[in-house]
Amino acid sequence: MSVTEAPAAIAEKNDASAVETPLRRFVSAYCESKLAVGAALFLLVLILLAAFAPLIAPQNPYDLAQVDVLDSRLPPGEVGFSGMTYWLGSDGAGRDLLSAMLYGLRISLSVGFLSGLIAMAIGAAIGLIAAYVGGRVDSLIMRIVDLQLSFPAILVALMLIAVLGKGVDKIIIALVTVQWAYYARTVRGSALVESQKEYVEAARCLGLSHARILFRHILPNCLPPLIVVATVQAAHAIALEATLSFLGVGLPQTEPSLGLLISNGFEYVLSGKYWISTFPGIALLVTIVTINLVGDQLRDVLNPRLAR
Amino acid sequence: MTAFILRRLMQSVGVVAVMSLIVFFGVHIVGDPVYLLINPQADQEDIEAAIRALGLDRPIWEQYWHFLTGALQGDLGRSFVFGEPALKLILDRMPATLELAIAALLMAIIFGIPLGLYAGLKPQSWASKTIMAGSILGFSLPTFWVGIMLIMVFAVMLGWLPSTGRGPTATFLGITSSLFTLEGWRYVLLPATNLALLKISLVVRLTRAGTREAIHQDYIRFARAKGLPTHRVIGVHLLKNILIPVVTVLGLEFGNLVAFSVVTETIFAWPGMGRLLISSIQSLDRPVIVAYLIIIVLMFIIINLVVDILYSLLDPRVRLGEKSA
Amino acid sequence: MRFFRTMLMAAGVLATVAAAPVSAQQIRIGLSAEPTAMDPHFHNLTPNNGALSHIFERLVETDPKNRLIPGLAESWRTIDDNTWEFKLRKNVKWHDGTPFTADDVIFTFERAPNVPNSPASFASAVKGKTIKKIDDHTIHITTPAPHPLMPNDMSSLLIISKKHGEGAKTEDYNSGKATIGTGPYKFVAFVPGDRIELVRNEDYWGEKPQWEKVILKPIKSGPARVAALLAGDVDLIEDAPTADIARLKNDPNVEVSQTVSRRVIYFHMDQFREETPYITAKDGAKIKNPLLDRRVRLALSKAINRNAIVERVMEGVAIPAGQLLADGFFGVSPNVKPPAYDPEGAKKLLAEAGYPNGFKMTIHGPNGRYTNDVKILEAVAQMFTRIGVETTIEALPPAVYFNRASTGANGLPEFSFILVGWGSDTGETSSPLKTLLGTFNKETGFGAANRGRYSNPELDKLIAQALATVDDAKRQDVLAKAVELAMEDVGLIPTHYQINTWASKKGLKYEARADEYTLAMSLKKN
Repeated sequence: MSVTEAPAAIAEKNDASAVETPLRRFVSAYCESKLAVGAALFLLVLILLAAFAPLIAPQNPYDLAQVDVLDSRLPPGEVGFSGMTYWLGSDGAGRDLLSAMLYGLRISLSVGFLSGLIAMAIGAAIGLIAAYVGGRVDSLIMRIVDLQLSFPAILVALMLIAVLGKGVDKIIIALVTVQWAYYARTVRGSALVESQKEYVEAARCLGLSHARILFRHILPNCLPPLIVVATVQAAHAIALEATLSFLGVGLPQTEPSLGLLISNGFEYVLSGKYWISTFPGIALLVTIVTINLVGDQLRDVLNPRLAR
Repeated sequence: MTAFILRRLMQSVGVVAVMSLIVFFGVHIVGDPVYLLINPQADQEDIEAAIRALGLDRPIWEQYWHFLTGALQGDLGRSFVFGEPALKLILDRMPATLELAIAALLMAIIFGIPLGLYAGLKPQSWASKTIMAGSILGFSLPTFWVGIMLIMVFAVMLGWLPSTGRGPTATFLGITSSLFTLEGWRYVLLPATNLALLKISLVVRLTRAGTREAIHQDYIRFARAKGLPTHRVIGVHLLKNILIPVVTVLGLEFGNLVAFSVVTETIFAWPGMGRLLISSIQSLDRPVIVAYLIIIVLMFIIINLVVDILYSLLDPRVRLGEKSA
Repeated sequence: MRFFRTMLMAAGVLATVAAAPVSAQQIRIGLSAEPTAMDPHFHNLTPNNGALSHIFERLVETDPKNRLIPGLAESWRTIDDNTWEFKLRKNVKWHDGTPFTADDVIFTFERAPNVPNSPASFASAVKGKTIKKIDDHTIHITTPAPHPLMPNDMSSLLIISKKHGEGAKTEDYNSGKATIGTGPYKFVAFVPGDRIELVRNEDYWGEKPQWEKVILKPIKSGPARVAALLAGDVDLIEDAPTADIARLKNDPNVEVSQTVSRRVIYFHMDQFREETPYITAKDGAKIKNPLLDRRVRLALSKAINRNAIVERVMEGVAIPAGQLLADGFFGVSPNVKPPAYDPEGAKKLLAEAGYPNGFKMTIHGPNGRYTNDVKILEAVAQMFTRIGVETTIEALPPAVYFNRASTGANGLPEFSFILVGWGSDTGETSSPLKTLLGTFNKETGFGAANRGRYSNPELDKLIAQALATVDDAKRQDVLAKAVELAMEDVGLIPTHYQINTWASKKGLKYEARADEYTLAMSLKKN
């Protein structure tokens, strides 16, 4: 490089780094993996599909006036009694599978995300407090965690249905109740290790408030295992909802999520009417895989301990 | 250490008591099992006789008191559905579920840790990416769906493995288990795989995450600089340090395997505790539900205790016992 | 699609060929529900009764068409209005070799209603009956009033041995200590939740049992049960899921046998409250209970396309129903036919009754208790919506559903319009009439499952008359009249009768039974 070029190059670099913010750094780090970028875009597509389902779907599968049992179990591409073409076939109750999948995607995504987020927030907060405060508080909290973890999801769901009835919000409550303890335990484990480290003692010596130490120093270092668990749990929440529906204590039958569609289709697995369970199954698979690909890259990028 | 264990066990008693209270009243809220159990031809007199026979005509507090006094003597009540002592029903089926859980756990460790290590050490390789993709599949599919697929492929289409039930048992050192017979392993393989897929995925991802972090740490560089052979660096130093989250999760997962392998046991007609639990919940067989959950709570407490002790052994920075801030 | 199907069938052929050949040695049967105990009097429910019918027997048995045939009793007759005489079979031995006598029957009568902790005892089979031994092979049973259904009652009670039953508890039956019967198979093992093992009774008094060993395995999950049959792990399955029956029928390696069951699926309606909680006007305002008006009930019945339910929901494994039992059963009226699907007529009736714009309704049902229960609810809701009755469904887990349906509103039935199923134990219409449509009355024992609290004094009179008429021909007439009256007044809305389906390996044929029992004795080589 000649002497005249160098200052220009340096000047350029200075300009560029002056504009580089943590957000930009994050985005460029994220975009290192083409697969993750593809996954993020696809997730966006899924969310848009779910949000605009009422406008896109040929039929509202929750409206009993539009669904006809005479059109049940039609193979993909058939035209039914009502004159409608069932592009992906129809299920046992006569719902158009394409529409049901779009609406079901909506419910599955909201159930998975909401319950996962709420459970993580509650669980992480409780786990942090338990590890940091220690002593009796820690014992009490951990015993409550033990209690919660021993409680089978199906019993929780059944009791909620008995008292509150069925509904999407009830399922979210049930899933949060089942999941928070898992986060709490994991975070407590990491936080226990972290709070013994020197930087925490240093922060305390500096006179920083407890809340600040907890949330600005300990929590970020507990993030990696938490994010791994969170991405797994988001998928798990959606699959758990499918299992609860399979056991009959899930969502109401007339408003199926992808999970409920699959469990409804379970009885057709050996009957030759593959589309009733296969298409929702593929949709669920694709959704969960996408969420996890995005989560994977997020975790890699946010991890303070990975050399970058 | 002893004080710690004793204190933990004492707290457990409190937990168990609270659990029994919650379940008792929770099931009571859902309703009576009578309408599910009676013969449809029964008339009002028969229904009332059934309610009396099951002790359900007493006020709920009295029923709970009755249960509590019995529990302190070791009697956890009698199943409404089977007529046998609830504890006996559960213990009779425990070996079957333990077999399944142990087989699944073994698979998770044997396959999960090496695969996760490899994926963590060589994150950019093709094999590694395939492993990660496979791990995502592992927990994306609902258990019941995977179960019936396994049956379809391996039992119906290929005919290699039986589709249902538990194999013949043999007794060794006083323990009767189907894992002691070769034929028994044929029956355990499919349901254990069904259960294990989720766990393998989890272990792979955790191990990989831990490996990728730890590999850059100073102590690894130092160990290598010291000239230690790679297998010792990885096998001893690396492994010990990443095992903490893995141990936690495996501990919890074993508990889950034992307690809630409900779906797998139903699909494969495996005669374990999980199936008993779900049919008891569906028929509101309260004594069995309460007894089951008490046992499960105790089991989780013991597992957590073991995990905490293992923590302190694996990571000298963690001091046992609850410390104050 | 066809390729996929051929592949599946080819795989099925390969699998069954590769599996063990059918032998006279051992038969494995896949059950759909789990027998809960080996004590014949502990729990009066179909899975237990069916499994125990291999080991124990009754005075009177039922043939596959639900007709009464001699069992341990060779013959029976009334010797006066209130007394029946049963002549017991002479050359019957218990599994331990001791002879069967009247003492065993008397002991059974004493023991059956007194099993501790029994959730559904056999008390009703022996209630109000006094038994007297005349000699070792003759007994008299007396009742305070004429009791025409005595043989039917005796067709439900399994007879146990006095010698082994004395002092025996349910645990002793489960362990095999007291499980000594007179039946074609002997008890070997009961592994709860896993299987029941039986072995042939070489000294059986009747037709020589065909199989040397029988293993009963409960496999609750429908597809898993079918897979077990296709994989060759079992030789016969009961309760083949409706979704798979078409495929099984087309499979050259599978034999399917079916028969109409004693079970009817119907709707009960709130007919005792002025206002009913789950019906409102379309805008949500409270209205008077429309179901009190016969025209509304009839309209709803006409709005149901029963053929569609049979064809589309039940996949052909059912028969449209207009009354409580199918043709061929006792007490059926030949004049009552399933109402024709008539949505226009239904709308007219609604308008006549004062509901030209219909109303809003929530219908309830269990999920997973009856075959395709949720799909039936969905289909019926669609049909009602089309005649102007905006309908939503709520399908609850059976544990929650039956509690609320029976006593959810302060001890009274809670719901307005519910889906229920009924299987008549006696095989005649007197039992559903009495229990489902009789006025709810603790003293008389009528209406115990009358969740709509339908009440028609004239009907009650006819039912009581039938229950006291010993002459079969006369009773048939009275019952037919009662059924006609109840259906004319739309006391409940029946939709269909279920068809029981068994599937077996090629080379075996199952003699389908109306009582849903799966018996190794009914499985024969083709």
